[in-house]
Amino acid sequence: MLPGFSLSMGITVAYLSLIVLIPLATIFLESSTIGWSRFWSTVLSPQAVAAYQLSFGASFAAALINAVFGVILAWVLSRYRFPGRGLVDALVDLPFALPTAVAGIALTGIYASRGWLGRYLVQIGIQAAFSRLGVIIALVFVGLPFVVRTVQPVLEDIDLDQEEAAATLGATRFQTFTRVTLPALWPAVITGFTLAFARALGEYGSVVFISGNMPMKTEIVPLLIMSKLEAYDYAGATAIAVVMLTSSFALLLLVNRLQAWSGKRVSR
Amino acid sequence: MSVNRRAGKDSPVVRVVLIALSLIFLSLFLFLPLLAVFVEALRDGVGAYFTAVTAPDTLAAIRLTLLTTCIAVPLNVVFGVAAAWVITRFEFRGKNLLITLIDLPVAVSPVIAGMIFVLLFGARGVLGPMLQEHDIKIIFAVPGIVLATTFVTFPFVARELIPFMQAQGSEEEEAALVLGASGWQTFFRITLPNIKWGLLYGTVLCTARAMGEFGAVSVVSGHIRGETNTVPLHVEVLYNEYHFAAAFSVASILVALSLVTLTMKKLIEWRGLVARKTAADREIELADASMAAIAAGGAYKKAA
Repeated sequence: MLPGFSLSMGITVAYLSLIVLIPLATIFLESSTIGWSRFWSTVLSPQAVAAYQLSFGASFAAALINAVFGVILAWVLSRYRFPGRGLVDALVDLPFALPTAVAGIALTGIYASRGWLGRYLVQIGIQAAFSRLGVIIALVFVGLPFVVRTVQPVLEDIDLDQEEAAATLGATRFQTFTRVTLPALWPAVITGFTLAFARALGEYGSVVFISGNMPMKTEIVPLLIMSKLEAYDYAGATAIAVVMLTSSFALLLLVNRLQAWSGKRVSR
Repeated sequence: MSVNRRAGKDSPVVRVVLIALSLIFLSLFLFLPLLAVFVEALRDGVGAYFTAVTAPDTLAAIRLTLLTTCIAVPLNVVFGVAAAWVITRFEFRGKNLLITLIDLPVAVSPVIAGMIFVLLFGARGVLGPMLQEHDIKIIFAVPGIVLATTFVTFPFVARELIPFMQAQGSEEEEAALVLGASGWQTFFRITLPNIKWGLLYGTVLCTARAMGEFGAVSVVSGHIRGETNTVPLHVEVLYNEYHFAAAFSVASILVALSLVTLTMKKLIEWRGLVARKTAADREIELADASMAAIAAGGAYKKAA
């Protein structure tokens, strides 16, 4: 029996309670003082509903884009050798390391109507910044590493024997990919997708600069909470936060289940 | 045709198309934004860049960011080691619940992370009146910024250490204890050297997030120039005041920091890999040596 159980357990539980649990509990304390009718009228107000639609819709779209390109990137990084591969591999993690505010102003600089890419997009009738598309662009950035980093290790571990067997038995390269490789990748893709989705849902820093923050149009849920806090409407902010927290926790549980499930699949 | 069909080998066309797609995607979302920060930062010339970076408000923001990081990171490192120790070295009821609770801050939106401290310590918060009586300011002041940063970076070290220590097992520590080492001796001489790469990795990630956190800090800071602005908040203030070149100049410091983080991350991954490889080599050598000893013993017996 190793020593230090009570000391390390004591530190862990005390610190967890002080920094995380007690502060989080105030949300539920505060929301219980609002009253049901006020709670529902805040949570279901048109402005709030528009914000949920945008946040969930844009996060879903961004996670989907990241799922497709994430698989391609993971494939390219694990199967091909080309000059600059190491650099690309290292830079994929940049969205984890770069402060979101910096990402926000940099993306706005590029996609605004006078920016490097924005000026050409405007000519073909696409307004990238200060629109819903801008929200998606920012969320693609913050969720970019998730699918790559969940799929890449699986691809590197996959036994090439199975693909070789399929090829020997006469399968085309495409058939081999869809029938042999892809089924092994699905759990990792879905886990990465869910992580990117959950991350995008709570994102604030990169979106505020590029979205333009127009209520009912480009206002995401975290921004709605922020504007309620700035107006000292603590009750309203708390009500919306309860909705957000509940969906985030549901997603976290889903990810845990998915990881348990994919773990089982791998070991089978 | 038969060449294309060989497993693990895509046709050259597929290769080129997939690599091109990847690079275009990364250019649109990573490379161009990165480049844009530096180009915009130097738009008004090198002189303007250094004026912006060394302005008193910028220096105050850098000091506050460093102060916050120097409090939040060590706290989370101590917690991370304690949590990883208790979770990987002991069996107890509720372990899975504890792991889930440690992960919680990751699932909480930064804005909500800031909000909970406003609800707790703000002027109209639960403890607000009591704090006002004693003239203690937490929200719109430095303590609030430190608290919000600590909350957001809370799980980083623990999350890296738990799988790392799980993989290592506790045989070496048990051996040290059997040989008469005290608990702390075992920790400092055996555990710490064994987990140093994992610990360093978690600390690097924790530090990067602590320096760059925006949403949570934005809620509790109040944006008082020179007083409660961290570097990311200062970038926002400059940007919203249309000082674009200055905003990008200050942002370039953060970009440089994040590039340093990525480099350190790669370096640690590589060193960790090397360390693991040499450990494996050593075991093989030991096994070889014992095999040789057994063989020698057999030969000796035969001769006898």
